[in-house]
Amino acid sequence: MRLSGGLKGMMSAALLGAVCWAAPATAEPLRITIEDGVIEPLPFAAPTFIDEGGAGDIARAMTDVIAADLQGTGLFAQIPAGAFISQVTSFDAPVSYADWKAINAQALIVGAVSNSGGRINVKFNLHDVFSDTTLGDGLQFGGGEGDWRRIAHKVADQIYSRITGEGPYFDSRVVFVSESGPKDARQKQLAIMDYDGANVQYLTDASAIVLAPRFSAAGDRILYTSFETGFPRIKLMDLATLQSRAIADLQGNMTFAPRFSPDGDTVVFSLENGGNTDLYAMSLSSGQTTQLTNAPSIETAPSFSPDGSQIAFESDRSGNQQIYIMPVSGGEPVRVSSGEGRYSTPVWSPRGDLVAFTKQNGGRFHIGVMRTDGSEERLLTASYLDEGPTWAPNGRVIMFTRESPGAAGSAQLYSVDISGRALRQVPTVGAASDPAWSPLLP
Amino acid sequence: MNRLSLMILMVGALALAACNNPQRGFGAGGAGGQGGAGAGGITSGALGDPNDPNSVAYFNQRIGDTVRFAVDQSTLTPEAQATLTAQAQWLNSHPSATAIIEGHADEQGTREYNLALGARRASAVQQYLIAQGVAGTRLKTVSYGKERPLAVCSEESCFAQNRRSVTVIGAGAGV
Repeated sequence: MRLSGGLKGMMSAALLGAVCWAAPATAEPLRITIEDGVIEPLPFAAPTFIDEGGAGDIARAMTDVIAADLQGTGLFAQIPAGAFISQVTSFDAPVSYADWKAINAQALIVGAVSNSGGRINVKFNLHDVFSDTTLGDGLQFGGGEGDWRRIAHKVADQIYSRITGEGPYFDSRVVFVSESGPKDARQKQLAIMDYDGANVQYLTDASAIVLAPRFSAAGDRILYTSFETGFPRIKLMDLATLQSRAIADLQGNMTFAPRFSPDGDTVVFSLENGGNTDLYAMSLSSGQTTQLTNAPSIETAPSFSPDGSQIAFESDRSGNQQIYIMPVSGGEPVRVSSGEGRYSTPVWSPRGDLVAFTKQNGGRFHIGVMRTDGSEERLLTASYLDEGPTWAPNGRVIMFTRESPGAAGSAQLYSVDISGRALRQVPTVGAASDPAWSPLLP
Repeated sequence: MNRLSLMILMVGALALAACNNPQRGFGAGGAGGQGGAGAGGITSGALGDPNDPNSVAYFNQRIGDTVRFAVDQSTLTPEAQATLTAQAQWLNSHPSATAIIEGHADEQGTREYNLALGARRASAVQQYLIAQGVAGTRLKTVSYGKERPLAVCSEESCFAQNRRSVTVIGAGAGV
């Protein structure tokens, strides 16, 4: 049964806890700034974490996950163990910085893992080799052994944050649409996985088309569109119970493109009536529905600003798709996209500074970002069909759908950072589309 | 309840869900021309002989259940209007028949927009049929956006076939 492995892991998550000491943000000179253009990945050494009892396999596996997290950002380059001059034999032994300088390891991660009766404890130090000192204080995490991947992500998050100054994001999940079957009869089902593709679990069966799941800001619920009734309708799934219910079932109209407000009570969505699509908002607590736009054009793909005061959306009121921003209660929208081509699927960064979007121009699709006033547009990708960006919890990485052309074409998930670096495919079992990134896990 | 506990419960519920899958209706059949499978529930009806003007097969094949649209348009071409006029005549002479009008888009667009565009197309067909005397209560619309292409290549020859509406006669209609 495909769920059993994850079950054990998640059950023991109850025991996961972190013991932290102050980690001062003194970060010079070991520092990477993501906004920089092309940078040389920072070389780091991550000797296999020391087994301090019963944790040999887990220690190795955790070291690999930590290194993969860091390498996957494109900001770090792992130095192979074969190049090491000195070995780390004890967590507390003094570090021979000269040996690590000699192989140009700018960061050295020293860690140790113990496993006592199924409860693992991990501790690590991040060494700034060329400063002959540690970067931040040592830190340890404890949890059930089924949580070893999550704990490894938390260690990697700490290292990433200390060196980049950015928020963490590795310990997060992604809900997406798992696809199978031929192009003209594609089967789709909702699935959820770790951000790196591990621990996949299916949330629905494939009996009806499902589209574009979206997380609540608390990560406890998802909105999505389902054809279960034969017509596209918004559904709300409680991830604690996996129960779904239709919401905003209004006059039998099509409803789609839902998204939560930051406080989780309001759902903004598209409703089609007589061929015309406008934006509506519905309060989940009161059930009250408000029409936000009233235009003969298509208004869809709404997304709240993180402070909940504004909504970005796409409209073809100008003749083709462009991005607009309006106050949360409706009102006159301001167009923010201004370049050539069509702009769609705006998604506000969780940091509030940028809007990610899909751009269609000259027969190509792009994922891009712009400031919320439309300035400083930056295209991050180009392909036959890229669409549907979603932000990592730290607002510095974007995941999206890339579909290849032709009869055998299929969709895959990709990620890229906001400077356009580190474009990579996210591993999934089979085809996948419509990713939505969770908030950082607790 | 914190998120961690929620996640734990969630996995437990997942296991239960996997063992006890709630009944799920069949979705609408998708690509048109299939007659039978209406939305929400299962019904059946013979398509009949395409030589029989009272049959659904006649409607689908001889009149034509499908009309095509230009890129990003929902305007009915003269050719589409001719087909729809014949569809309306058939529907008017078979007053017990109901239909679901499916709107579709080609793959060159984003998912949400294509859903809305397909709805525009389905609605344009619905309005035309109503103007030809078919009661609106007999006609439902649904958009599949780009989710159910008819032709699977990524060339204009396929895109042109996919930018379409399909008038699906409800099961039990016809003879």
